[in-house]
Amino acid sequence: MANAATVVVAKGRGRDGGRRLVPVLGRLALLPVVVAVLWGLWEGYKWLWETTGWTEPFVVDDRTLPHLHTVVSTLFDPTHEDGPLLLTVLLEAAAFTAREAIVGFALGASLGFLLGAAIARSRVLQRGMMPYVVASQTVPILAIGPIVVIGLGSRGVEDWVSVSVIAAYLTFFPVTINTVRGLHSADPRALELMHSYAAGEWSTLRRLRVPSALPYLFAAFKVSATASIVGAIVGEFSSSIQEGLGGAILVYSQEYTFRPQFLWATNIVAALLGIAFFVAVAVAEKLVVRRAPEQLA
Amino acid sequence: MTAESVVSITKLAKVFGKGGVAALEGIDLEVLRGGFVSLIGPSGCGKSTLLRIVGDIIEPTSGEVIVNGKPARRARLDRDYGIVFQAPVLYDWRTVAKNIALPLEMLGWDRRKRADRIKEMLDLVELTGFEKLHPWQLSGGMQQRVSIARALSFSPALLLMDEPFGALDEMTRERLNGELLRIWTETHSTIIFVTHSITEAVFLSTRVAVMSPRPGRITAVVDVDLPQPRTFETRESPRFFELVTEVRERLHASGAHEVVEEVIAGPAEELA
Repeated sequence: MANAATVVVAKGRGRDGGRRLVPVLGRLALLPVVVAVLWGLWEGYKWLWETTGWTEPFVVDDRTLPHLHTVVSTLFDPTHEDGPLLLTVLLEAAAFTAREAIVGFALGASLGFLLGAAIARSRVLQRGMMPYVVASQTVPILAIGPIVVIGLGSRGVEDWVSVSVIAAYLTFFPVTINTVRGLHSADPRALELMHSYAAGEWSTLRRLRVPSALPYLFAAFKVSATASIVGAIVGEFSSSIQEGLGGAILVYSQEYTFRPQFLWATNIVAALLGIAFFVAVAVAEKLVVRRAPEQLA
Repeated sequence: MTAESVVSITKLAKVFGKGGVAALEGIDLEVLRGGFVSLIGPSGCGKSTLLRIVGDIIEPTSGEVIVNGKPARRARLDRDYGIVFQAPVLYDWRTVAKNIALPLEMLGWDRRKRADRIKEMLDLVELTGFEKLHPWQLSGGMQQRVSIARALSFSPALLLMDEPFGALDEMTRERLNGELLRIWTETHSTIIFVTHSITEAVFLSTRVAVMSPRPGRITAVVDVDLPQPRTFETRESPRFFELVTEVRERLHASGAHEVVEEVIAGPAEELA
């Protein structure tokens, strides 16, 4: 009887697996609105600068800032006479780069987690390794790219796998940092509770520390997901791989003066790929992380 | 009641840090099987520290804690303790049922045995029907009942409770006091209960150990001879008031004047 009031509250706030996705779908419905606003801003900017003749920060014309509809419609132009459509070329390139990025992400996230778990476990490791983990990110990825590709290539590793390794190099860092923080984020009383159950280290890790770390891990995965694509594209530059988005960017940069819309279209496809990665991680987070709503900022 | 001892504390002392802040000194205490012993004292008297030493969460500086005839460490490794904190400390990512089953998983119970016990426990704390909810969907009192169910799920020899109802409102607290007594009777548990509410200590306990502040000592042990089962009427009986007065006077005598008024005025306000 005493529970009657709380039952109502609990039911009202109740959410099951299916309803957890509702907010995500709601945001997807907003997508057309966001696209329309962005389109308006783009065209408005172009129109205003062109009619007033403003030259700051740069001259606006069809070369520096093509019409958005030109960029979109050029997707259905052939890349050269009797060649495939630009859309086909870009989608194939995106698929190629996506494969590198996914493998790179998986590799980087796994290694990043293992490294973070090792560091979180030992104060000595934390003091000894952390500076080098941070230093690793100050090395320009373009500088180590050729070393990785040539080095691994000499062992018979395919070039795209080498690019994945380069992407993993960008991916692991946020995961390591947040794994350390996340594994340390467990409630001290919950740790005492595990202690009182005579729980071993492995059991505490699996049942308490890792679940406590999940929100931190997913925050890192979101950063890493997009970083893995940047890593893959930059990795393609340094390994002169032609099949991916990196290759397309190089080629269409050279052709920018006579068809700028090709590079713009490539950039948009690359951005969409990044967004798709981010959304995939966000959806996974919704399905995996179970927390009080107020704790999910 | 047989005189079998579940907890036996002798000459226990705890000094914190290198500076040597004496938190506990010369503690001797015996808890018999089936007993309900409250530790009462003002904030900072070391009652929680004493509880944590009994549960082998922290180590004493000197002295001995024997639980079920073995050192506290051994008792912990044998899973002789169920612990309930002031906060429920439930795992957000687990449902009510899975929170209750947490210790059972670690004891290696199989799925069916776990399911049976979860059902039993939900029934015991009157939360049947809530098993699939997550902790944040429950009220504070319900969360604390889940915490109690979790602590009792594996039938530990000793239940350690550290101000378990301290964060709850007075009405919820009184109701849960009654439920705890029922659970204690039904499960034949032995309980050590930390509180700074005099009425709560007297209502619940078979014995009340009164502690003094800095260094924490047990200055008096009051036997509570109120009849069982205790009910709403118990709180209004003359003997109840006599015992409350006795504990209050013992607290005063132990040098807790400055805090004791606050303790009497409102037992539920401290949220530590």
